[in-house]
Amino acid sequence: MSSPTSTPGGRKRGRNTNPPTPSSEDPTSPPSQRRRGQDSSTGDLMPMPTSPATDMLSPAAPQDTSLFSSPRPSVQPNEVDMSSPLMYGTPSSRVEGTPRSGVRGTPARQRPDLGSVRKAPQVDLHSEPPSTDGAVASEPNAGQRLVIWGTDVNVGTCKEKFQRFLQRFTDPNSTEDENAGLDLNEPLYMQKLEEISVVGDPVLNVNCRHVQSFDAELYRQLICYPQEVIPTFDMAVNELFFERFPDSILEYQIQVRPYNALKTRNMRSLNPEDIDQLITISGMVIRTSQLIPEMQEGFFQCQVCAYSTRVEVDRGRIAEPAVCRNCNNTHSLALVHNRSVFSDKQMIKVQESPEDMPAGQTPHTTVVYAHNDLVDKVQPGDRVNITGIYRAVPMRVNPRQNNVKSVYKTHIDAIHFRKTDEKRLHGLDEEAEQKLFTEDRVQTLKELAAKPDVYERLSSALAPSIYEHEDIKKGILLQLFGGTRKDFSQTGRGNFRAEVNILLCGDPGTSKSQLLQYVYNLVPRGQYTSGKGSSAVGLTAYVMKDPETRQLVLQTGALVLSDNGICCIDEFDKMSDNTRSVLHEVMEQQTLSIAKAGIICQLNARTAVLAAANPVESQWNPKKTTIENIQLPHTLLSRFDLIFLMLDPQDEAYDRRLAHHLVSLYYQSEEQMEEEFLDMAVLKDYIAYARTYISPRLSEEASQALIEAYVDMRKIGSGRGMVSAYPRQLESLIRLAEAHAKVRFSEKVESIDVEEAKRLHREALKQSATDPRTGFVDISILTTGMSATARKRKEEVAQALKKLIQAKGKTPAMKYQQLLDDLRGQSETAITKELFDEALRALADEDYLTVTGKTVRLLA
Amino acid sequence: MLLDTHTLVPSLNDVPLHYLKPNSLVKFRCLIQDMFDPEFYMGVYETVDPSTKTKMLRCGKYKDVTECGVDFNSRNTVTAERQTFYCVPIPGENPWVKEISSSCLTEARVVPSTSYAPSRQKRSYEEDDDMDTHPSEHHGNGDCKRQETEAPSSQTASASHLDLNFPLPGEKGPSCLVKVYEDWDRFKLNDTLEVYGILSVSPALSALADEKDASSSLLDPAESMETAEEQRVHSPPASLVPRLHMLHAKPLPHNNPLLPSAALEDNSAFLSSTLSEMASVREEILSYFTHVLLGDALAAEYLILHLISNVYSRRDVLPLGKFTLNLSGCPTVASYTERFYQIIQQLVPSSHYLAMSLQNMNQMRLVPKKDYVANRLVSGALQLARNTSLFLDETQLEQGQLDTTGVRNVTALGNLISWQKVDYDFNYHQMEFPCNINVLIASEGRSLLPSDCQIHLQPQVAPSHLEESLSSIHMHPQASSQLNKFRIYLSMARLLDYSISDEVTKSVEDDFVDMRKDDPQSISAEDLHRMLVVARLLSLSLGQTSLSRDSWLRAKHIEMLRRSRMEQHKCVNGNEP
Repeated sequence: MSSPTSTPGGRKRGRNTNPPTPSSEDPTSPPSQRRRGQDSSTGDLMPMPTSPATDMLSPAAPQDTSLFSSPRPSVQPNEVDMSSPLMYGTPSSRVEGTPRSGVRGTPARQRPDLGSVRKAPQVDLHSEPPSTDGAVASEPNAGQRLVIWGTDVNVGTCKEKFQRFLQRFTDPNSTEDENAGLDLNEPLYMQKLEEISVVGDPVLNVNCRHVQSFDAELYRQLICYPQEVIPTFDMAVNELFFERFPDSILEYQIQVRPYNALKTRNMRSLNPEDIDQLITISGMVIRTSQLIPEMQEGFFQCQVCAYSTRVEVDRGRIAEPAVCRNCNNTHSLALVHNRSVFSDKQMIKVQESPEDMPAGQTPHTTVVYAHNDLVDKVQPGDRVNITGIYRAVPMRVNPRQNNVKSVYKTHIDAIHFRKTDEKRLHGLDEEAEQKLFTEDRVQTLKELAAKPDVYERLSSALAPSIYEHEDIKKGILLQLFGGTRKDFSQTGRGNFRAEVNILLCGDPGTSKSQLLQYVYNLVPRGQYTSGKGSSAVGLTAYVMKDPETRQLVLQTGALVLSDNGICCIDEFDKMSDNTRSVLHEVMEQQTLSIAKAGIICQLNARTAVLAAANPVESQWNPKKTTIENIQLPHTLLSRFDLIFLMLDPQDEAYDRRLAHHLVSLYYQSEEQMEEEFLDMAVLKDYIAYARTYISPRLSEEASQALIEAYVDMRKIGSGRGMVSAYPRQLESLIRLAEAHAKVRFSEKVESIDVEEAKRLHREALKQSATDPRTGFVDISILTTGMSATARKRKEEVAQALKKLIQAKGKTPAMKYQQLLDDLRGQSETAITKELFDEALRALADEDYLTVTGKTVRLLA
Repeated sequence: MLLDTHTLVPSLNDVPLHYLKPNSLVKFRCLIQDMFDPEFYMGVYETVDPSTKTKMLRCGKYKDVTECGVDFNSRNTVTAERQTFYCVPIPGENPWVKEISSSCLTEARVVPSTSYAPSRQKRSYEEDDDMDTHPSEHHGNGDCKRQETEAPSSQTASASHLDLNFPLPGEKGPSCLVKVYEDWDRFKLNDTLEVYGILSVSPALSALADEKDASSSLLDPAESMETAEEQRVHSPPASLVPRLHMLHAKPLPHNNPLLPSAALEDNSAFLSSTLSEMASVREEILSYFTHVLLGDALAAEYLILHLISNVYSRRDVLPLGKFTLNLSGCPTVASYTERFYQIIQQLVPSSHYLAMSLQNMNQMRLVPKKDYVANRLVSGALQLARNTSLFLDETQLEQGQLDTTGVRNVTALGNLISWQKVDYDFNYHQMEFPCNINVLIASEGRSLLPSDCQIHLQPQVAPSHLEESLSSIHMHPQASSQLNKFRIYLSMARLLDYSISDEVTKSVEDDFVDMRKDDPQSISAEDLHRMLVVARLLSLSLGQTSLSRDSWLRAKHIEMLRRSRMEQHKCVNGNEP
């Protein structure tokens, strides 16, 4: 401990300078004098505002002021902190005062997250409040009904209960990723302790929900008096640990970090009742401060006799000793900075996540203090769940002023961080999406799912202001649900795409954009971009210099941001080829590779793409194929599961219904419309629930149906000498069938799902892959960009041309125009120049001839 | 009760702050510009008299500063929660609104010594505080006098370093921190309110802030976490940004002082009298606009429709009732557009002129942005109250390059017009705020922004006389009574209810089917949308609350006229689809 301890900047060292043998610190002081904490309470840092249960007792404690010169202008004699922590929290008392042998060798580490280190007397519930310090029991005694001051926590019972919890709690149904590799039928936390003994990271994360299910009373105490209960847990776990693993060496004693307190989920619902309680809130980090070294223990040395002493910080104050205990000189002690102990502290500002906010309001922010190793755990932009103690501190009193601002400052002392989006990297995103549904809500949703026409109901609830286009809405509905995610990375195939991609094309003014806007508003992680305005960089990611830190940071674009959501791309056709090319990877591999400015990485972009494209000639030309109409590369088109045409049907009955629909839009009151359709909120929840909890698998029967469907599709084509289905189409069918099963809340894909998938797929194909020349559905339009008939025609022309040339006999060179005219004269069907050129090219490929300028030469 | 006496309450909008007595009841007509985090305060606390040691319970509600000698350890302390809104005067509120509303309040203004006479006549206020008021008032008067001399200089000096965050540049007026004690969830950002509350301008508030700046940041590093900017924004000097403790807030459906502020249904006398007059006023205003628009009656008709349009409902993402007008073919001589705007300014309660010059588009902040350092929403020109008229002058646009900001601004304007929403920039994400802003685009050719309806101006004046007639436009100073009639007319028409009977629905449907039969290309669903809006606005402009066959035919007719005119001007520039 004599090594020069760190300067404020050296945080690693500052942490380790906790003296390993604190007993040497203060050899002359009797035990009672080590209670500096409570003596040094001063007038200007007031205790927390009263939380409901803490003000039941207000005992008076005598004040030992003789040693200290702390300024105490208006201290009342009974001014002892009521929201008191536990004496076991102090490092010195724990190490030397407790008889446990295993614990002794390991230094305890202060927990600034639980408030500054102070001691709380325990009081007998049935006796009068103690009037002197001596009446306070300082050792836990399970036999008596002793509770910690201001609470109903009995240290002994609490400790026992927690140890029992650790030894017995099992969670056979655990799905948490942290528990991977643990035997779920053995006591969970004992395995974790074993892990600690191996790994040496002395932190035990305890899920509050486990505590609740094991012992509701213990849970209640934990939530209400975290400042007292958590140190008790610490003590319990260390006893248990060193009993089991007496030889293990830890850097410091194990700290318990509870998380997932169910108390509060939303920042907006925090209220004065939550003060000093354990809460969990979710939010987004918007700002982090620099590291603040906070003094935990001041080191004082007497300038006269070099005697040194340590003083713990109490609520941000150090009571400077006025008298040297060794030589009795007054005001001779000076603070030695580099031998004092500092801990790390960081201020983090957290803002409500956008999903939690009511419409039309601005997000709230909360200040969070992170301590020690939680510092720098989170970065601005992270989504986090924070478990901590909610604090309110009155504004400082200015000694020169009598009036005080009657406002408290609030913050959260963080105990546990859980990044919600970190898991996206591990691919376990279901939990990140997890929304809490009340039981009522789940019941409503299940009732809805049980209805036979749920599929129709939901699809009609989708964008009610857009008229008809039933199949398109159904397609989009299935897209919203998505398929089941499958992982074949072990077998080398990688992840299978589960998202359904949809392309809408059609006449301008057929409310494509409106549909896109609707979807974008419906899904929590949706992005909306326009092809015209977005660059490849805006879609993927770009590297920029952070103006504050001057570091290069990777800013993600729309595709990455909509991971697990839907990326709506309007005016898809207006996108530059360069930009579109990045979509290839995203739409099949669902990743995004970036190699830019020295940053090489692969980001997840498991996003479903909903794109809208206008035809090239502004009006859809029914005489042309889809490819020709929208001029998109077929490599990209084949990545869309469904391609719908939105055309103006131009038929009277339709017009009438449309007119009726529109007129009613303009006079029906909103309530009337609400009644007709499902609420958007219900739809949102329904989708979120299905996405989170339902992952259907193919049943035997369904797989057979799928196989048949696929074989049928291939057969149709082979009859006419062309292939009308590719494995990609089979995958699409599977995804659609799974999505349909999800709509029904069914864990099994059954044949009705396959039927609907087939129908929808056929319907979409019928619209987009119909060969305008023959009227047949031809998948190769989408996969090769040319219909099979067109290809056949090309071959015929080439053959005819070859024959023509052969008929001409041995002429080494021919005029281009001449040949074309001859061919035209010979053929019954019209031969365009393009067709002729293609035929020539085909023959050139056969090395039969070459074309140079206006002459055609035969080869060999 | 408040409604009867509301004219007696001095308004922060009209009365300079230093004329108002601290801790008195005042009102403030404002827009919620930002919402701060909720704060916990001492709802009830106990004080100890240092000399007599007597304890006394006190109430902390509606106050910023506590009394002397607070006992922080008292068990009787009750912590309560309140919310703070940052409110600014309604952006773009036109001078005539300010004038008229302040003239209603003459009694409440005058000079400090007599200004509180009316409030003294009020109910128990006097009985309760009689003892206190007299000495404090005395003190207050002296205070006011002193402030009066000082205020102007100090205000200008401090305003320079403190940005009051008005959405529009060049705005004046007090902004206010409004403390809300209950039901704050019912307020939304950009709501317009009339807040009645207790004014708190305790100098102690500023002193506390100053103190902190100077000393305590050194004492406690944690304190300095609240950046200086944040400090400045969240606790600005009370002399500049007074605190207002809300007792009651009245949402304002409109801010036209000529209309009764109560809901129309409760004021049937007023409603029926104006309704009967509407048709005749419409004729007057039409002829006036025709004159202003250089003799183009059709454009004048559309201008009326535009000025009374209002987003009355939203179907999922689709705002219904918006009617963005693009007035193309505006003369670029003699700053016609500016004059045109000045006329509109005289008629609507709030409006804003935005010159779409390249420089403006590249530099202006249109979209509000969250500033995380100061922890506030930095306002932008598109943070406007409902029914504000936004005049976009595209004739100011010249050739050149839009930079990133420019592109973003144009996109924001496009979004505003198509969806009536503004995506506020929260740095890590965007948040969508619905709005209800009437956008009028004046341009030479077809605008580069989308619009619901484009009409090409056809001046009936020979080009040679153009200058002359342009300069004569302003030569018609409207009699104020007539102006007021127009003002009432435009605000009223917007507030009326509207319905379509089944019968008319049927005939509209038939019409649509017939039109499609003739030429399906000529009319699309979008056209029907527009025609329904035109019909709605046309009916309302005539004071009819349900669609009649006549109005429908008339709507069809003017739409047809407009379309045929558009055909003529089809190939004006490259912005056609």
